[in-house]
Amino acid sequence: MIRVDQARKSFGTLVAVNDVTVDIPAGGVTSIIGPNGSGKTTLLSLISRLAPMDSGTISVSGLDVTATASRDLAKKMAILRQENHLTMRLSVRDLVGFGRFPHSQGRLTSVDREHIDRALEQLDLTPMAEKFVDELSGGQRQRAFIAMVLAQDTDYLLLDEPLNNLDMKHSVETMKLIRRMADEFGKTVVVVVHDINFASCYSDRILAMRDGELMCQGTPADIMTPDVLRTIYDIDIRIETIGDQRIGVYFT
Amino acid sequence: MPNPARALDSPTSIISRRGLSPVAVTAILGVLAVTAVTVFLTLGLEGNISYILPRRITRVSAMVLVAIAVAVSTILFQTVTANRILTPSIMGFDALYILLQTVVVFLFGASTWLTTDPSLRFVLEIVLMVTFSVALYRWMFTGATASLHLMLLVGIVLGTLFRGFASLLQRLMDPSEYIVLQDLFFASFNLVDPMLVWISAGIVALCCAIAWRMRHTLDVMALGRSHAINLGINHHRVVMGVLVLCSLLVSVSTALVGPVTFFGLLVASLAYQMCRTFSHTWLLIITSLLGVITLVGGQLVLEHVFGFSTALSIVIEFVGGILFLTLLLKGSLR
Repeated sequence: MIRVDQARKSFGTLVAVNDVTVDIPAGGVTSIIGPNGSGKTTLLSLISRLAPMDSGTISVSGLDVTATASRDLAKKMAILRQENHLTMRLSVRDLVGFGRFPHSQGRLTSVDREHIDRALEQLDLTPMAEKFVDELSGGQRQRAFIAMVLAQDTDYLLLDEPLNNLDMKHSVETMKLIRRMADEFGKTVVVVVHDINFASCYSDRILAMRDGELMCQGTPADIMTPDVLRTIYDIDIRIETIGDQRIGVYFT
Repeated sequence: MPNPARALDSPTSIISRRGLSPVAVTAILGVLAVTAVTVFLTLGLEGNISYILPRRITRVSAMVLVAIAVAVSTILFQTVTANRILTPSIMGFDALYILLQTVVVFLFGASTWLTTDPSLRFVLEIVLMVTFSVALYRWMFTGATASLHLMLLVGIVLGTLFRGFASLLQRLMDPSEYIVLQDLFFASFNLVDPMLVWISAGIVALCCAIAWRMRHTLDVMALGRSHAINLGINHHRVVMGVLVLCSLLVSVSTALVGPVTFFGLLVASLAYQMCRTFSHTWLLIITSLLGVITLVGGQLVLEHVFGFSTALSIVIEFVGGILFLTLLLKGSLR
């Protein structure tokens, strides 16, 4: 489980994450939602040790993220950020192969290759495995990066807006894959999503942030109500139940 | 399932979709480098061989050392800063070298400085330059914002400051001293002390061994900071270590022959162009070989075509400048 205790991070005078305390239990999919600038990405960066905390403690599966060796954490948790800019030319297979670095330290074994092939397969990338990453479309590139963190084979998976640049088909497939990661492989997935309906349909828990603070948390049923969503987003969102799913209608 | 495309791209096949394979490029460049060194040693070798040959060996060794030092430091630097345009010279290195020489000549006079024991002078120069760079890095990285870009910016500003201060001192000094000093600012392979070559060889070999051991880590560093941290690399420590290595290498090469930092940009860009690999195993070797070919070949052209009428750094900057502009205009530098 991921324990966040009084985590605080500020940039100059802006407090991006304001003394957030939350426990994310192991297993299942947890979505973090909230308006732009609410601190979702920063919180994920703190959990994944990408940014240093000002104060507070965070542990992942009992390992303190500020004290544990980075290499040990890399076998426990993987993070994918929103912006993935590469300065070098890599094939998709090479990129996915980098996901094995915590295990192989650069020398790929046959086990590593199996993981790479499986990750490529799971994200529909096998046909373009030898293409260069910079030759791919935005969505394909996004999938290549997701495949890389999958190949890392960690218990915890943190994804910062993985649906960026993806069309409807690939968004749904990515969310289904995330679901499968949790259900079949017992991974704990924390995902920042902008679309509340994806959060509603695919997650076990939703954390809602606003202005650097954790506004509320709960099951999709708890969060997907007009009252709760109004406190998060300041707009009126009608909730329709279609099948078993609660869908927020916010377009008009 | 056998994958034909993959077999085609394996490092052992000669030509793949990525152009020449790294093995082929290395083999060709290796032959060229050995040829250049051999021609340099033997061309027009007549008269007192036992006098001329050792002198040529010293000079060619100095060139090979400088080539490797500059090539490796540029690749390392560009990898940890995740860019392909900046070189260590942007950190104010050349300017520091010039300032150092200027201050010493200003304070003690050209004759005192030039008659000091060369080994002592050499070690002194290296110690000062490494101290400066490590101090700068430590200061920058323990600051509130541990930003590489901020550090680079400070490097540029400090470089300008050093240059300004050096040129002030140069205006104040005796014109005849200034002429002696000016000679130190251009890379020259004609006056190299054999003892210095040995010291440099030791330092360069040590740095290269460390870089070689880090080569897989460097591959990951090139993905950028967040990917490197995600993949379990202590990013801060690796950046610091690599920058110290860079400063050692650049200091050695600058103290040995003078500033030739533009040369690093030239061979590194060429290496990225010739061989579309991300692997530092190949990048380090190929860039070093390109460096040897360019320096030794350049010196050959200088001696036998231009008859020593110009300095090697001018030839390199001329050719390199044109090439760099071409690459830039083609937009192929990433």
